[in-house]
Amino acid sequence: MQTTIIRAERVEKYYAQPSENRIQVISPTDLSIVPGEIVALLGPSGSGKSTLLRMLTGLSAPSAGQVYWHEQPIATADVNVSIVFQSFALFPWLTVFENVEAPLKARGMEPAERRKRAMKILDTVGLDGFQAAYPKELSGGMRQRVGFARALVVEPEVLFMDEPFSALDVLTAENLRSELLELWQKKTIPTQAIFIVTHNIEEAVLLADRIIVLGRNPGHVRTDFRVALVHPRDRKATAFTQLVDYIYKVLTQPDAQPPELPQTPTGKRVRDQRQMHYQMLPHARPGGIAGLLELVLDHNGKDDIYRLADDLAFEIDDLLPIVDAAQLLGFLTVTEGDAAITPTGAEYANSEILRQKELFRTAAVENVLLLRQIVRAIEAKSDRTVAEEFFHDMLDEQFSEEETLRQLETAINWGRYAELFDFDASRRRFIQPEKLHHDSESSAEVIE
Amino acid sequence: MIHLPSGFNYTRGRETLARAQVFKRSWPFFLDLAVAALCLAAFYGVLQIVKFWTGKAEPEFVVSLKPSSLPLYAFYSVVRIGLAYLLSLVFAIGYGYIAAYNKRAESLMIAALDILQSIPVLSFLPGVMLAMVALFPTRQLGVEMGAIVLIFTGQVWNMAFSFYSSLKSLPRELGEASNIYGFSTWQRFWQLELPFGTIGLVWNSMISVAGGWFFLMACEMFVLGDRDFRLPGLGSYLQTAASADNIPAMIYGILTVIAIIVATDQLVWRPVIAWSDKFKIEQTAGADRINSPILHFIQHSNALGAIKRHTFVPLSESIYKRVAERNREYRARQAAGQVKDTPVWLRVGVLILLGAVVLYAATSALLKLREIHQGQYLLVLEGAGATFLRVNVSLLLAALWTIPAGVAIGFNPKLARIVQPIVQVAASFPAPILFPIIILGLLRMGGGLGIGSIVLMLLGTQWYILFNVIAGAMAIPSDLREVATLFQFTRWQRWQTVILPGIFPYLITGLVTASGGAWNASIIAEYFHLKGQTLQTLGLGAQISAASDKGLFQILLLATIVMALMVVTVNRLVWRPLYRLAETKYKLS
Repeated sequence: MQTTIIRAERVEKYYAQPSENRIQVISPTDLSIVPGEIVALLGPSGSGKSTLLRMLTGLSAPSAGQVYWHEQPIATADVNVSIVFQSFALFPWLTVFENVEAPLKARGMEPAERRKRAMKILDTVGLDGFQAAYPKELSGGMRQRVGFARALVVEPEVLFMDEPFSALDVLTAENLRSELLELWQKKTIPTQAIFIVTHNIEEAVLLADRIIVLGRNPGHVRTDFRVALVHPRDRKATAFTQLVDYIYKVLTQPDAQPPELPQTPTGKRVRDQRQMHYQMLPHARPGGIAGLLELVLDHNGKDDIYRLADDLAFEIDDLLPIVDAAQLLGFLTVTEGDAAITPTGAEYANSEILRQKELFRTAAVENVLLLRQIVRAIEAKSDRTVAEEFFHDMLDEQFSEEETLRQLETAINWGRYAELFDFDASRRRFIQPEKLHHDSESSAEVIE
Repeated sequence: MIHLPSGFNYTRGRETLARAQVFKRSWPFFLDLAVAALCLAAFYGVLQIVKFWTGKAEPEFVVSLKPSSLPLYAFYSVVRIGLAYLLSLVFAIGYGYIAAYNKRAESLMIAALDILQSIPVLSFLPGVMLAMVALFPTRQLGVEMGAIVLIFTGQVWNMAFSFYSSLKSLPRELGEASNIYGFSTWQRFWQLELPFGTIGLVWNSMISVAGGWFFLMACEMFVLGDRDFRLPGLGSYLQTAASADNIPAMIYGILTVIAIIVATDQLVWRPVIAWSDKFKIEQTAGADRINSPILHFIQHSNALGAIKRHTFVPLSESIYKRVAERNREYRARQAAGQVKDTPVWLRVGVLILLGAVVLYAATSALLKLREIHQGQYLLVLEGAGATFLRVNVSLLLAALWTIPAGVAIGFNPKLARIVQPIVQVAASFPAPILFPIIILGLLRMGGGLGIGSIVLMLLGTQWYILFNVIAGAMAIPSDLREVATLFQFTRWQRWQTVILPGIFPYLITGLVTASGGAWNASIIAEYFHLKGQTLQTLGLGAQISAASDKGLFQILLLATIVMALMVVTVNRLVWRPLYRLAETKYKLS
């Protein structure tokens, strides 16, 4: 076996809560990067892809476990890696040349040598003649070329990329991807390994020699396999589509074996999100759910999620929350990467708006604990209102602050749509919908 | 001249104005106490230094009213403001940097900023002057330093806050990029932190310098007990002219001030704004940019380029190289485990020592208050009430005319183009210059200083409100206004549903700034030396001025504490909740 460049040993990330339990973002994970391969890290949003990347580069320290750079702890090692960022992360006040030169300057290199190297790499990525431009004068694709040039100018052993193509349009992304592949295959760049984080399944299958798929809640490796397809890869080839389909299956299937639970230093078991009180609401809008159901119904009530994504030109980050939501509400079932509509789902898709709301209401109260609790709490109160804070505090025990806010936002959105309750945004309180109607009626009477 | 950030595009602008930032944070009560103790300690320290001062009044400098002496006076004043500004800039950057990166000091430093912004700077005038005169060998130099330090204390806080909040809002990925490429602290500062903070610093610098003129007028010439301090400068020129009732000299002086303000705008701020355009974080190159021939000249001058190549470039190269080497060595030592932290006992010891000194000085200052008898307490409280009323009446009056006027201007681009430059000059014109003229006029008409001081406050602060209302009106999307027209809203309905909510956040920003300004202005507006006589009215500002005139430090201390308390309380109880409302409910995004 080859020598590993980076090795992560049981790294995990969690946020300690004031109370005993903690919010686990990534469960203990082993991972290594060896020379000569492009590794793609795939996963839905919230699976901790970016967090994992940052731990592997040494940018962020793991909560537990250790990352080794050539078998030396990464915190003290002289690490030679680069990152290409999704947002490019160029310094807007530096010219293209100065941006590329900056990392060399950090190493204390002589001006002449800096100039030579920077010009050479700008030439390699096709930015000849742009050295005096400022990033904001360039198109997105050109800007990301600067990002690549800056990353490659230090001749990194491992090149990390954090969704490098997702801010670009389809054609530009395609173009840049193939150029990168060419540089890699012809060994124009001395880089030993490439690690790319993406949520685009085709991109992963197109580029990678090895694909790691992450699951979420908390983030964990679901599968890690090698891609044996030869380059150049053909998107239309059966082997290619089969692989894409397989990844879709992995992503949409519930975990066969839940990852083992980590333990706190005191030996107490960390609570597992899935066994916890509240299920995690997928952040989908009711309109999106209705749209998806109609589409599935058009496809005779059953279709491949991969095909659906393709039809909609959606990436998995866009589609999966909607699929999850439809599944949670009992409108859809997913088996082996195939989505099938349920009878309620079919009725929902076919009904007019008032009936749709009614169906949604029934399904939501039945399946979503948080919504059920809100409705009950409102009914139990004599003034028929409940403060948002009350639920915030309960969710807080289980989710990170950011996620708690998003959970509440989704719950409010669903509840308002289903007319389960209304929400007074200025007082941050849930209100019974009738009460609101009543109020507006009485005030209307006053005016008359 | 004060410009609005980037052509009235106020979304980022409001973020860059430091006052606005203060309201985003809140602190536990004990932090405020700590800050208050620090302030008291500083006050006491100044008084102690003053005790050593034993100088006799030296032959006084006589202000000449000849127009030919104006250029030299103007030069002195500009140099004073310039030095104070440079001092502020360096201090603001240092303060902001430490506050942003030192987790332990952060909350205390930010609470201090909040309070220091609210304290009436002018009541420090006597203390600072005496201390500086005591510290420096020749008296003139001491007074000079005192003026500079005073202007500095009026300028620095909003700049410090601006830099701090820039550092706090650094885009995460830019920070990560500089980490992954191994930027040293030095490189990070010059290539990431300072450039990112530049725009905020530039806007706040303009506000600060305009404020500097305000304080300059007050501190170039003032009386303290039987001592008369004066410095050659525009402020003393104008005050002397007013005392001598010399109308032509006053006109010359005012014209000079206007000329300097316009020249500063053209020669300094315009090039600086044009240059700072490259520090904007934006995705596309903006269409409307400010052009500056001077910047063009500087950037394209061969001689300047050559100088830069032969001095600045090699210097920065050698620094970068040395820093990189040092970093490598440090990392090697770190890997070998040779890096040691300062021992804990040392740090704790230093902290305890500092705390004890502050506590001692603060209590000593408070003990001084015992010398005040009850009647004086009552008088100070009465004065506080009177000034409070005056400040709010002036705010109300200002709002009454500026809101309709500002909205009219904001909705009419043609009018805005004409009025905007005038408002900008008016806003940065130091109001105290006009005080003597207005007082003279009011006295002739038979009005007293009680009413007159309201006019004076108004004069200094209404522009901030007008300014912000114009910006707010411009920011209301035209489709909202079209909806109002389409459905034939009544005039009242239009104001109620479209205009007032639309300008609300801007109005609040304007009112906050104006209120702070009005409190500060009360110190010069309620107490006036004119033609050998002293005019005054009941008020907290008058008490501060009178106490410093007569050298009654305990009253000065008490009145200053009361004023600071009132400003901070009003900020917390009134402005901050309103600001929060503006940030949430009335945000147009």
